[in-house]
Amino acid sequence: MFIRDIFTMSVKGVSIQKSRSALTILGIVIGIASVILIMSLGSSAQSLIVSQVESLGPANIFILPGREPTSVQDFAGSLLSDSLRERDVAELKKKENVPHMVRIVPFVFGPAVMSYESEVRSETVIGGTSELASTFNLTVGTGDFYTDDDVLQKNQVVVLGSKIATDLFGTQDIIGHRVHIKDRSFRVIGVMDSKGQGSFADFDQSVLMPYSTAQQYLLGIRYFHRIIIEIDSANYINDSIADIQDTLRTTHNIKDPSKDDFNVKTQADLVKTVGSITTVLTTLLSAVAAISLLVGGIGIMNIMLVSVTERTREIGLRKALGATNRDVLLQFLLEAVILTLAGGVIGIIIGAGGSLLASIAFKSLVSSSWNFSLPFSAILLGCGVSVIIGIIFGIYPARSAAKKSPMEALRYE
Amino acid sequence: MSLIEVKNLTKIYREGDVETRAVDEINLKIEKGEFVAIIGPSGSGKSTLLQILGGLDRPTSGEYLFDDKDISRLPDNEVAHIRNRQMGFVFQAFNLLPRLTVIENVKLPLIYRGVDEPERTVIARKMIELVGLQDRENYKSVKLSGGQKQRVAIARALVNSPKVIFADEPTGSLDSKSGEVVLKYLEELNGEGNTIVMVTHESYVAKTAKRIIMLRDGKIESDEPVSERHSAFKDGLIK
Repeated sequence: MFIRDIFTMSVKGVSIQKSRSALTILGIVIGIASVILIMSLGSSAQSLIVSQVESLGPANIFILPGREPTSVQDFAGSLLSDSLRERDVAELKKKENVPHMVRIVPFVFGPAVMSYESEVRSETVIGGTSELASTFNLTVGTGDFYTDDDVLQKNQVVVLGSKIATDLFGTQDIIGHRVHIKDRSFRVIGVMDSKGQGSFADFDQSVLMPYSTAQQYLLGIRYFHRIIIEIDSANYINDSIADIQDTLRTTHNIKDPSKDDFNVKTQADLVKTVGSITTVLTTLLSAVAAISLLVGGIGIMNIMLVSVTERTREIGLRKALGATNRDVLLQFLLEAVILTLAGGVIGIIIGAGGSLLASIAFKSLVSSSWNFSLPFSAILLGCGVSVIIGIIFGIYPARSAAKKSPMEALRYE
Repeated sequence: MSLIEVKNLTKIYREGDVETRAVDEINLKIEKGEFVAIIGPSGSGKSTLLQILGGLDRPTSGEYLFDDKDISRLPDNEVAHIRNRQMGFVFQAFNLLPRLTVIENVKLPLIYRGVDEPERTVIARKMIELVGLQDRENYKSVKLSGGQKQRVAIARALVNSPKVIFADEPTGSLDSKSGEVVLKYLEELNGEGNTIVMVTHESYVAKTAKRIIMLRDGKIESDEPVSERHSAFKDGLIK
């Protein structure tokens, strides 16, 4: 008895009841398709975010308020923390504290409702220093960016993202016009060039203004959400991190590093964090989708049991002709695996197709740099999982087939 | 040494409190080259006896020596191998797999024996030719007449050159003419030296054999040679 022959028998067994086989594997198809869809979209999202973080360049160091989050609750706490202040920026700026620093950009951000004439829009406001634009590689299209003076005097000026400008004003010149945010009037002094989805935010749909203005008039806070420090060379990144930590600990009067109220990250750290967050999300969602695989597996088992009962005579005959228990077991187990593997392959195709369609939609809706991605590991996982489901849910029906007595062949129906 | 030897063979079926002795302390020897018919009224235990002789069921007690080997105590797999290599079966209901072609059905025992293609096809073709169905080789077996199906079953029983062919009511589902054709083949096979053990309840069918064992209530009532054999050739039913 050759495996090839058993395989041929199993394929015949499955193909005899085509519509039943098709319905049987539907659960597996749906389950695998959703897992593949989620993994594919998750991988696309991850590479998008990672590419954005990486676009900042490796010589940037990020200071976040709050401790390094150790759990989800901690993470929420770190967002609310108010430990990064004006005084910290002043200390970090000193050459003797962080010698390799070339630029320091503290900034704040938050949602804001902006109105112009009858138009009302929800936008993201980003408040930074005059160097915010160069840190994020932004360029001004028309007008000017705000200056250090604007920051010092908390001037109510804004620079608009290109999409907002086009939406609100079309092609007309808008420099000098006034928009309203939170009942205050702001003068438009510039419009940015279009950049597409950038790091952290879509600058095309952001309102940029001096951080001092945003802190005072819009957010009502006196701290920063982030500080980005650019150093002269990525080679000094570890030295500079130590310098920054020392400076902030001195300023905040912290002696035990485990009691830090800030955390310092490199671009590599951020990439890693983003990676772990999307991985956790993808895994969780896949686990939910996998429940349908369980249901699908039970369906397979059910149909296989029915099939074994219906084919009692065939099983008896095969045994009478010399099939061993193992031959019969393998034949029916293989039938189950062929069913689930077929379901898995169809599911992979449907899931990948769905993800491709979603990617086309996301490219125009979310970000032009969204790219379709289908990790090879997802395909491997899809095939592997469907085979394993076939074995798990096929073994019981196959065993009950193998246990049948050859005498059944002699019984008349 | 007999091909088949049973000693005190007993088979008891229990259903609830009811105990049926389907085969009751039977002693029997069948030699190589014999053509034996087992007859008896329904419930006499003839089918049960054939199932045990064919290694399809196990006795409750007693010994069954097949080719000097006690197969009533062998593990399932070894009995399966013996059924495959040394026994051929012909059933009343033909038991062909309906969606397979004639040649695929005949090949089944060869597959379980581990014979590789293309040898399988060569052997199967030869057997199909033997029963005169070479022009039906690729027909689905469901499309054949009853007589043709039983001839395919005979071809299937022969592919592994078995030491004995067990036939359970081989003419039971056939009209008399097709039945005679099947008997003709059995007779021919026996003429070539094959051992045949056949269960039937029709006396003219039994008379095709050389020896008739009559069962009643699980015991052998008589065991006699056939004085005047029925022959499909001689009686002019087959040209």
